[in-house]
Amino acid sequence: MNRWTPFNKVSITFGFAFLYLPILLLIVYSFNESKLVTVWGGFSTKWYASLLENEALKDAAWVTARVAFTSATIATVLGTLAALALTRYTKFRGRFLFSGMIFAPLVMPDVITGLSLLLFFVAVNLDRGIVTVILAHITFSMCYVAVVVQSRLLSFDRSIEEAAMDLGATPVRTFLQVTLPVIAPAVVSGWMLAFTLSLDDLVISSFASGPGATTLPMKIYSQVRLGVTPEINAVSTILVTIVTIGVITASIITKRREVQRQRDEQAAFAQG
Amino acid sequence: MKSLGSIRRSFAPWTDPSAKPYISFRNVTKKFGTFVAVDDLSLDIYHREFFALLGASGCGKSTLLRMLAGFEQPTSGEIILDGVNMAGTPPYRRPVNMMFQSYALFPHMTVEKNIAFGLKQDGMPKNEIAERVAQMLKLVKLEKFATRKPHQLSGGQRQRVALARSLAKRPKVLLLDEPLGALDKKLREETQFELMDLQQDLGLTFVIVTHDQEEAMTMADRIAVMSAGKVNQVATPAEIYEAPNSRFVADFIGDVNIFDGLVTSSENGMLDIAVGEGFTIRTPIGNMDVRGASRGFVIRPEKIRVSREAPANAGINSARGEMWDMAYLGDMTVYFVKLPNGQTVRASSLNAQRSVENPLGYDEDVWISFDGDAGVLLKD
Repeated sequence: MNRWTPFNKVSITFGFAFLYLPILLLIVYSFNESKLVTVWGGFSTKWYASLLENEALKDAAWVTARVAFTSATIATVLGTLAALALTRYTKFRGRFLFSGMIFAPLVMPDVITGLSLLLFFVAVNLDRGIVTVILAHITFSMCYVAVVVQSRLLSFDRSIEEAAMDLGATPVRTFLQVTLPVIAPAVVSGWMLAFTLSLDDLVISSFASGPGATTLPMKIYSQVRLGVTPEINAVSTILVTIVTIGVITASIITKRREVQRQRDEQAAFAQG
Repeated sequence: MKSLGSIRRSFAPWTDPSAKPYISFRNVTKKFGTFVAVDDLSLDIYHREFFALLGASGCGKSTLLRMLAGFEQPTSGEIILDGVNMAGTPPYRRPVNMMFQSYALFPHMTVEKNIAFGLKQDGMPKNEIAERVAQMLKLVKLEKFATRKPHQLSGGQRQRVALARSLAKRPKVLLLDEPLGALDKKLREETQFELMDLQQDLGLTFVIVTHDQEEAMTMADRIAVMSAGKVNQVATPAEIYEAPNSRFVADFIGDVNIFDGLVTSSENGMLDIAVGEGFTIRTPIGNMDVRGASRGFVIRPEKIRVSREAPANAGINSARGEMWDMAYLGDMTVYFVKLPNGQTVRASSLNAQRSVENPLGYDEDVWISFDGDAGVLLKD
């Protein structure tokens, strides 16, 4: 079953084309000389240069970076704590309800989340701006972190925590010196997930933001409504590149570590 | 090398009524919901003793150990360690250390760091830590592996790191939870003797939990046989083997034959039990008059002889049977002899010679026989 049948070839071509052709098109047209998006006028990098002069886009990028960094960090702390509580204290009443509730925002339509947040901010009389955007992003990305960390904690060997306490470490030290370093990879990937989600969120940001807090996706969207410019293609290409580099780096690191680990284990057993 | 045997023989604080126990469980009960894991259990363990908790899984032995370590709190009763009531003392303030079944090594730390972990928690000065770690590494012969991480070690090496780590703080008591379970047989036997030497050299109290009776017999000064949250018998390995106090203990430890019968007479300190047609057990049992009662007589396979010729006084402590099955195990041969009443008797004999002329064969009529004092009379 390892052979390339014509059917396999066709399916894989169509599958990948479906996934990547639009992005490819976007990247290609970001190097278009012509101002018209659909007409190829020769290769040029001038739109990248003009990006540097576009203060509005640069501002939006800076807002997005701040929002993504802050919200991912806070969401990671909260999500990790939630995951710990839900996997560790399994005996309290209504745990089932609570663990269900942490997953619910994953499937909640963005429009509903955004709207409810907007209503909430209005109700508590919070001026909309970068703070509310950060709060909104924490709200929806926290549960992703919780899910990622929770799945790591389920396979966590509790006896190493007991060993730490047995050796004299208080619960706080046990957490900081043993639990956290061991689950760190999951926490880091939770952070990266939250960061990416925040980076490309449009709907919830639109509800939660106010004057002076326009994120990059919001900026792009509003510009596209006035017509797609190659400048937008250029900024999108940069975003795609950043995300791609991130994903590839992460998977290379994981793969390397696994290979190294296997080699170590084999070596250990070979020498008995 | 000094003789372990001579030290061990003279070591028996439990026979001395004035000796103070080092660890005391007093009427300890532990419930998990409605499940009673440990049931009103009282037990004394003495200083420098190598004590084994032996039982099948789910008998409460691990719970007992975990209560001593502080990971579980007794539902009722108290645990006294070196004169101090341990109630409410968290695990990190108890002068005991535990070696875990899974070893529970910190995967993100090197061997050195693992061993130093407990010392660091105590705020020991750096140079002293380094010194102690070096000493522990030497003790478990892992000097060359100091900077390795746990996943770069073999199972046996990990086990030794776990041991070094739990001994580094010089605890008053070392708790071992099935410490050798993950090792292969040869390594396990070696390690058993290493542990015994170590316990002697360091003068520590060891409490080990195991389901492996051979392991308990080899290492422990005393064994507590447990089932269903209770202690069935606490005694030295020899006492447990030769004088089990109940059917359960007799059956649990080693191979055993139990003959049941009615007590027909009790004269001159000798008791007769009629097991079946032409098979009466006559055993010295003191002044117990239990005529008419049904009693069990426990005897180990190696104490039963198998022969072609009828022994003297045939029918008393001997019976006719048919050779039902045989198993040659190398060091010994095990015979299964079927008695007329249908009971199969297990007898074993040491293969002291390399070959025997005219050995016993299948389906032969044979006699089993034993000495009246070679077994134990049960209370039921």
